[in-house]
Amino acid sequence: MPTVAELYKKDLDKLLRPGIHFLDGNTAVAEGAVTAGCRFYGGYPITPSNEIAEYMSYRLPQVGGKFIQMEDEIGSIMSVLGASAAGVKAMTATSGPGFSLMQEEIGLGSMLEIPALIVDVMRAGPSTGIPTLLGQGDILQAKYGSHGDYEVVAYLPANPQEAFDFTIKAINAAERYRVVAVVLSDQLVGHMYGKVRVPEFDEIEIIERPKPTVPPDQYLPYDSRYLVPPMAIAGTGYRSNNESLTHTDKGYPTTDRDASFKLIMRLVRKIRENEKEIAEWEEYLLDDAEYVIVSYGSTSGSVRRAIKVLRTQGYRVGMLRPKTAWPFPGWVVENLVSRGVQKFVTVEVNMGKMYHVVKEFSKGVPVEHVPYAPGYIPEPDYVINNVRKVIER
Amino acid sequence: MSTEAEVTTTGVKVELPKSYEDIKDLIRVDRLPHIWCPGCGLGILLKLLARAIKNSGIPIEKHVIVTGIGCTGRLGGYLKLDAYHVTHGRAIPFAVGLKMANPELEVTVVGGDGDILAIGGNHFIHAARRNDDINVIIVNNFIYGMTGGQYSPTTPKGAKTTTSPYGHYENPFNVPLLAYAAGASYVTRWTVLHQNELYQSLLEMFKVKGFAVVEVLSPCIIYTDRNAMGDAVDLMRVLKERPVIDHRANLADLDIDFSMKKIILGNFVKRERPVSYG
Ligand SMILES: Cc1ncc(C[n+]2csc(CCOP(=O)(O)OP(=O)(O)O)c2C)c(N)n1
Ligand code: SF4
Repeated sequence: MPTVAELYKKDLDKLLRPGIHFLDGNTAVAEGAVTAGCRFYGGYPITPSNEIAEYMSYRLPQVGGKFIQMEDEIGSIMSVLGASAAGVKAMTATSGPGFSLMQEEIGLGSMLEIPALIVDVMRAGPSTGIPTLLGQGDILQAKYGSHGDYEVVAYLPANPQEAFDFTIKAINAAERYRVVAVVLSDQLVGHMYGKVRVPEFDEIEIIERPKPTVPPDQYLPYDSRYLVPPMAIAGTGYRSNNESLTHTDKGYPTTDRDASFKLIMRLVRKIRENEKEIAEWEEYLLDDAEYVIVSYGSTSGSVRRAIKVLRTQGYRVGMLRPKTAWPFPGWVVENLVSRGVQKFVTVEVNMGKMYHVVKEFSKGVPVEHVPYAPGYIPEPDYVINNVRKVIER
Repeated sequence: MSTEAEVTTTGVKVELPKSYEDIKDLIRVDRLPHIWCPGCGLGILLKLLARAIKNSGIPIEKHVIVTGIGCTGRLGGYLKLDAYHVTHGRAIPFAVGLKMANPELEVTVVGGDGDILAIGGNHFIHAARRNDDINVIIVNNFIYGMTGGQYSPTTPKGAKTTTSPYGHYENPFNVPLLAYAAGASYVTRWTVLHQNELYQSLLEMFKVKGFAVVEVLSPCIIYTDRNAMGDAVDLMRVLKERPVIDHRANLADLDIDFSMKKIILGNFVKRERPVSYG
């Protein structure tokens, strides 16, 4: 795999230099994207994601990239897919209502297998909710929001460092699997300042989409002999037909049952068969844990503190923190079940979203949810009291 | 591929009509027969567009076609070019992204009146406002064809459609006026029966730097028969006999009403306006 040092030789002095920086999560996302080679941004303003667009409008021209503020979020994600079809790594950023508007095009990106990055800085909902405060309600939407069957890759940063690192990983995953990748940040992560270490440029690996090696007359845009078919870039002579309707290997529309089965199977298999490779998580004090709190993003900070206190009170509590919502590391939950864990408790800023996902893998071991009103982060005391209640129930 | 291309995906041997001989290499013969109704105007547009692309002086591989959803939206799939068939109404922003990312591409959007002006209306006016350097061909058949003849933003007042059985109450868009007001650099209107004029407009559209709009009046012979225009043959006759060519027409006079005795066609707008992107 090539590194930033190899790929962007002549631009290295224009990238955020290796070493320690002090950044907010939204700027960290933008710098991560620039480091990963993103050179197109199409977006529409929405709080609390705005700093990403503002920063990109200033930053991209410095590295030969382009920025456009589109007329709405549907236009934004479409411009991103178009730019990516022309061979440029591209992204947009938004928040809840905008993410909802983009759902149809997440399906399109999946069907056309065009790599793209969407950063969703989650805010309180439903509807326009509380624009300036956090929510964690879009977890399921990231994977199930569009109609039909498809898979995404979605990262869950908890601090500016992860916002930087996961944006690079998300762009890499989008390119490698030709999917829409999502960074599910949240308002607190986006506006939180923190230390961000930029690794040396020869330590950051960059992935580029597979390119065709056959001559144009032998090229099949949706070649099912590959899990991830090579992608012809517009204008390079392949003259390929890219079809949003269910299509054959040639990219021609079809209503044939077998062709549909083969295509949709491949679209989901390219992520499902690689889930162990993609999924990431943190295990915090899980070795001897009887009770496992599952939390992610900014909420995991409160939970970490709560666990420290609960431990001093004699409760064997630990945390499973998924760093990817999708693919979800379900086998980790299963392993914990076989290890004899008594209960799972999901703590998130919603009325129960990842709760359902954990339950899918908990094999009958009780899963309880500690609900928390969107807008605010549950304080450690709230987590301590509620987890204690759940344990003693 | 060229010999194999004679055989379609269904295994049927298809021969293109003689009038397609010069553009054979631009047609995906292996996708034929196409989905359009016999007598639909879209086949004529396909031929003329392919010919214009071929004679545009721009390398074939730099031409990219983007289409939304609808009968018109299927046109890109029959052209042996880089073609993207995207979601309903969203071809324009996809095209804008393509053009910005690679300004060497010659990007053409083809869509129906519903696709471009209803669901895609916001994208249309903003791309025109920015004067993005792309081409937009609007096939105006006054109706939603693919979904079964519902009224569209160009359905003339009073016209009967499957969703306006008592006669349409809404006012339609005056497409050239809209395109001009929003900021397009190039605006023309022809019918598919004005083949030569339409072909010249398509050629010209490729040369224009900026947002180029070609409105093509085309018969939807299946769904227009509830209208004052009559049956398919009457409809053809209307498109043949009522048009009056007036390049200098006042744009405000370009409304189309089925009761009108004339429908004005022409090359209405060609102006140099700064291009935002591309
Ligand atoms: C989001 C969405 N809404 C509705 C549709 C259904 N639909 C398919 S084609 C079409 C309209 C077709 O009319 P037009 O754009 O005028 O093209 P024509 O078929 O007449 O060429 C509609 C509404 C869709 N595919 N997607
Ligand atoms: S329904 Fe109308 S627009 Fe569609 S192919 Fe038939 S005639 Fe053409």
